[in-house]
Amino acid sequence: MAHENELNLKATELRLGLPGTDESEDMVSTAKNNKRASPESLEDSGSEANSAAKSGDHETSSASKTQIVGWPPVRSYRKNNLQSKKAESETGMYVKVSMDGAPYLRKVDLKVYNGYPELLVALENMFKLSIGEYSEREGYEGSEYAPAYEDKDGDLMLVGDVPWDMFMSSCKRLRIMRGSEAKGLGCAV
Amino acid sequence: MRSFQSMLNYFPEEVLEHVFDFLTSHRDRNAVSLVCKSWYTVERFSREKVFIGNCYAISPERLISRFPRVRSLTLKGKPHFADFNLVPHDWGGYVQPWIESMAKGGVNLEELRLKRMLVSDESLELLANFFPNFKSLVLVSCEGFTTDGLAAIASNCRFLRELDLQEIEVEDRRGQWLSCFPDSCTSLVSLNFACLKGEVNLASLERLVARCRNLRSLRVNHAVPIDALQRILMQAPQLVDLGTGSFGQDPDSDSYNKLETAMQQCTSITSLSGFLEVVTARCLPAVYPICRHLTSLNLSYAAGIYSDELVKLIRHCNKLERLLVLDTIGDKGLGVVASTCKELQELRVFPSDIHGGNAAVTEEGLVAISAGCPKLNSILYFCQQMTNAALIMVAKNCPNFIRFRLATLNPTIPDAVTMQPLDEGFGAIVKSCKGLKRLSVSGLLTDQLFLYIGIYAEQLEMLSIAFAGDSDKGMFYVLNGCKKLKKLEIRDSPFGDVALLEDMGKYETMRSLWMSSCEVTLGACKTLAQKMPRLNVEIINDSDQMEASDDDKQRVEKMYLYRTLVGPRKDAPDFVWTL
Repeated sequence: MAHENELNLKATELRLGLPGTDESEDMVSTAKNNKRASPESLEDSGSEANSAAKSGDHETSSASKTQIVGWPPVRSYRKNNLQSKKAESETGMYVKVSMDGAPYLRKVDLKVYNGYPELLVALENMFKLSIGEYSEREGYEGSEYAPAYEDKDGDLMLVGDVPWDMFMSSCKRLRIMRGSEAKGLGCAV
Repeated sequence: MRSFQSMLNYFPEEVLEHVFDFLTSHRDRNAVSLVCKSWYTVERFSREKVFIGNCYAISPERLISRFPRVRSLTLKGKPHFADFNLVPHDWGGYVQPWIESMAKGGVNLEELRLKRMLVSDESLELLANFFPNFKSLVLVSCEGFTTDGLAAIASNCRFLRELDLQEIEVEDRRGQWLSCFPDSCTSLVSLNFACLKGEVNLASLERLVARCRNLRSLRVNHAVPIDALQRILMQAPQLVDLGTGSFGQDPDSDSYNKLETAMQQCTSITSLSGFLEVVTARCLPAVYPICRHLTSLNLSYAAGIYSDELVKLIRHCNKLERLLVLDTIGDKGLGVVASTCKELQELRVFPSDIHGGNAAVTEEGLVAISAGCPKLNSILYFCQQMTNAALIMVAKNCPNFIRFRLATLNPTIPDAVTMQPLDEGFGAIVKSCKGLKRLSVSGLLTDQLFLYIGIYAEQLEMLSIAFAGDSDKGMFYVLNGCKKLKKLEIRDSPFGDVALLEDMGKYETMRSLWMSSCEVTLGACKTLAQKMPRLNVEIINDSDQMEASDDDKQRVEKMYLYRTLVGPRKDAPDFVWTL
């Protein structure tokens, strides 16, 4: 319950940043930074790690870990190049979902789903509505709602037309449309 | 006995030289040169390959005067921990003076291999223009040059056989360096530019491959798409080693079929790497035909391939001897490796998420590998957790380790089950693996482990320690016990002056010692430097912590000492003090 509240706050938080970015981005840029951490933080992290370990209940959650310079011992080239890939793929994965008429937006992690059916079921549960089944010809005929998404070019597209992998890499945000607007999208022209 | 002696004295030099030709290892040749004066002389005039593990241990002039016929030079510059951002970029390790001296000295240089050195475009231009027979350039983890330098090499080295760049950030000047290989260049045997970020002219690349009939090894970068790769493979079915570049798009069925056909032609490929930007695993089955011949597979940059696809690929690779993967493979995936790759000798498992969030391998994967792969002798393993029981099992299963490097993502994590230090586990490794030459330890560790290392690790040459030990005794056990120790690097451990100064002569038997964030004081470093003139004791003061006139009791943040025959170096930047 508390977790969900936290998510909501984040979704409505006013801040500078690209849509879909979250805390993990900060960690990425810290690691990319070749400058040494200041001596104080280095000592802190060292002793923190030591004392926590000795007390035997060390947690390895990435968000709470202090960055230790040079640990794990991975070459900078590898750190910089592997991480940038991960960061790219992570930007696309958590996307905002808006529903026409809803007071606030939600966020979903596309990586969690193996395909469209799972995603649609999740959206149906999240917004308490029924979307129905996709058909190439009719779109989401029979449903008051149509799931749409904004792609890399900023165009509003119907969810379901392209292969899942392609959808995952091009989807920037989701929008659940309703009523006559949806009808317009859903019909094959 | 005496007549044998005199026989040796009258052994013609040509015969000696011929015999020495069979000695390929530089250690053997070094040993031979110590036998007597005449052997020293014959050896030095016939030596063609020289290995210098620390570029500041000797000067280029002395190298050339002792080995005037040197044709191949290997140089290493920065200390190993520079790989992990612990050493400022401009600490040193410049190749320029070496190239200048060799050019002046009329050395017929054919081969240059550099690791962790600073290489400028000027150096590359000098190299390309002053050594007409230059054939082979291998750069690992170097920096300081741009594609302009590569263009100079491509344009001017008429007999270039090998250009191999590994894990280097090269500034892209967009000068189409690859197009600088003249049409007359047909000698390339090995070309590796996988780490380059910039674009290459695909047409030039295809033409280059087509005319270099001896090309055996080709590793392209992310800018080479699948259709270009396919055309290249059709031109070079004789390839033995392939780096696929991005392997990235979602190919239409036509491109995909062509790729499959091209792959099937390449029956000689035994080494495969790349997959830098795999977006969909649908392309992977194209490589299945060559998998059964593979002895080396590097998927450690393939962040886009998820575990089940990875495993499917590996199931086809039953001849693998060397495997590099990300920890996304998981313990289960390692289990598949263990049951498929019975010839495996070397395994490296890298972390896919540096922050350790979803780290996917534990001690289970390691145990599975050790049980299934009896020929395993080299491992680098980044893991979420470890146990003593697992390490003891691994030690029992694989007594043949030469290199054993374990890095727990949390550097001081104890045994995951018993919460004890990992002393017994690593202790078992050193006890069992009598041939162990290189060891990196991590996790919660006390002085006890170092006692084990000192007692049992008789062949150990390189040891890396981080966040470990309780007192000076730990370091002392190692220095006192490991007779063959060459390189010791320590960070964030409570070793101090007493250990440092206990046996100062030891450091002359070693290549180098690195200590950072330990308990060593300025005064002790000064004492050591004063007593041992054949050591350079360097303090790296990159965060402006210390003043020159400072208190000797002050802790030193970073100290690097190494034996040298040429005294303090003259190219040290302001923040490096040689005491």
